[in-house]
Amino acid sequence: MLAEVLRRLLATIPVMGVVALAVFALLHVTPGDPAVIIAGDYATTDDIARIRTRLGLDQPFHTQVAIWLGRVVRGDLGTSIFSGLPVSTLIGQRAATTIWLTLFAMLISVGVGVPIGVVAAWRKGSWLDRAVMVFAVSGFSMPTFWLGFILVYVFAITAGWLPVQGYAPLAGGVGSFLSHLILPALTLSVVYMALIARMTRASMLGVLDEDYIRTAFAKGLAPSGVLVRHALKNASLPIVTIIGIGFALLIGGAVVTESVFALPGLGRLTVDAIVRRDYPVIQGVLLVVSGAYVMINLIVDVLYVVLDPRIRY
Amino acid sequence: MSSTSSSIPAFATEALSTTPRRVAWRRVLRRQPTLAIGLVVLLLIVAAGVLAPVWWTGDSQQMRPAERLRPPSAVRWFGSDHFGRDVYTRTLYGARVSLVVGASVALLSLALGTTLGLVIGFYRRLDAVMMRVMDGLMAIPAILLALALMAMMRASVRNVIIALVIPEIPRVVRVVRASVLSLREHTMVEAARALGVRTPRILVRYILPALVAPLLVQATYVCASAILFEAYLSFLGAGTPPHIPSWGNIMAEGKTYVQLAFWIILFPGLFLALTVLAINLVGDGLRDLLKIRG
Repeated sequence: MLAEVLRRLLATIPVMGVVALAVFALLHVTPGDPAVIIAGDYATTDDIARIRTRLGLDQPFHTQVAIWLGRVVRGDLGTSIFSGLPVSTLIGQRAATTIWLTLFAMLISVGVGVPIGVVAAWRKGSWLDRAVMVFAVSGFSMPTFWLGFILVYVFAITAGWLPVQGYAPLAGGVGSFLSHLILPALTLSVVYMALIARMTRASMLGVLDEDYIRTAFAKGLAPSGVLVRHALKNASLPIVTIIGIGFALLIGGAVVTESVFALPGLGRLTVDAIVRRDYPVIQGVLLVVSGAYVMINLIVDVLYVVLDPRIRY
Repeated sequence: MSSTSSSIPAFATEALSTTPRRVAWRRVLRRQPTLAIGLVVLLLIVAAGVLAPVWWTGDSQQMRPAERLRPPSAVRWFGSDHFGRDVYTRTLYGARVSLVVGASVALLSLALGTTLGLVIGFYRRLDAVMMRVMDGLMAIPAILLALALMAMMRASVRNVIIALVIPEIPRVVRVVRASVLSLREHTMVEAARALGVRTPRILVRYILPALVAPLLVQATYVCASAILFEAYLSFLGAGTPPHIPSWGNIMAEGKTYVQLAFWIILFPGLFLALTVLAINLVGDGLRDLLKIRG
């Protein structure tokens, strides 16, 4: 088991290597001189030269690659052109908001998505099943930011129950923290919830046909017990997989959601960096977020072995 | 649904294929109501975008400072924005950008991804290295990669298409490669090989036709997500340039007036959600349909 985890961990190294190279290449495959683009329309020749030196763009290409990879391995993500602060500091300041947001969204979507998927499969063909399927297709097609505005309009502007936007840190009290986070988390969770509900239903349908489910029902066990302990447990692998893969959707949605609700997270950091063409920040966020995604899927792989002892890699 | 079709005896399905095409179509649509609904909605939106000047629209850029932020009425169906521009007109013209981006991204990423997937799947030496590269590219969340690409390019519809095609290619490659790997061992390929058919010809004549159905379904999903992503990019200010009305742009400008003029966001978003929903319904319908036939 431990050796397996270690082997999986090692397998992420080439993937992260490609990510690091791709993030580096972004600056170079795009047409035009990156220093000119970063400097903007009003830059002097001196500004451009300074940026070129600062980013090491005056070095030969292979040296640049080596310097970049060397720095990444040491955890040095460079310095923001706009604020002059280390990129890792900037990411550290903003990460908590995004982590809370995605965590709550994940809890809501798994907490709702899995049960409604189970019920839909159990009552296949009923109006309940149809309702869940309609929700799954339309939820998956929902533009995240539009849904955010609708929720804001209904619950914050019209009803006045919740704040329109902004963020309150946990240190400032749980009540205010939650009231600021609930609408963004709900907004972000819908796409993911739809995906999970759909996958849960499909996976459960495959299991509910099995003989042991019929036996369990025939023995007179309570339906909830059969559904959860016999069926859901055996249907859980594809669900866990989609939770891992869908995490990318969640991160993408977080960028947009943070913009709607003015949350000071990694998404806002990225969007601000793009407007200012603060390239080291963009590169740093891409690396960190991709790393988190790879790690989440590593955990999913390990969970497989826990959930299904038959699996040996 | 699949259980009913598998119980139909072989002669019945043969009879189905000899009926006039029109009748067969009607039967398909009746058996796949989601496909029918999706197609109808999609056609309406395409008609709205392509024929935008016909549908009682005005000039999408004309500003009327005296009529700023007017709510929907008999004259201004979707209200007006902060420059007094007609939201209905802009929404209809916005369909053009979304549809062009959706279709182009689907076509380009499919063409490039299929070519790459065929080559990678068939030449084992390339496979190990190229798939690691694809894994790495897929580890970067698509919207972030597209945002970063847009940061390095000037805002234009063409560049939005490029920024959305690049993250999509590895996803297509993966689907194609998986199919190629299983088809490669198929008897027909072995037979062709024994007859001395060269690899490029095998790829085009034997492998590619078998990929058409799964790729058609994949194309609808790529198209739907490209339309969503274009709106996200434009909404975040890194997509279609502001002088072109696109659903994302209209909503980005309406963001500031959400408390005063909610209609600026409501209507373009409704069109966006309906379009993406319609395309996803077509995709789901096609998938079920092709599985039955296959």
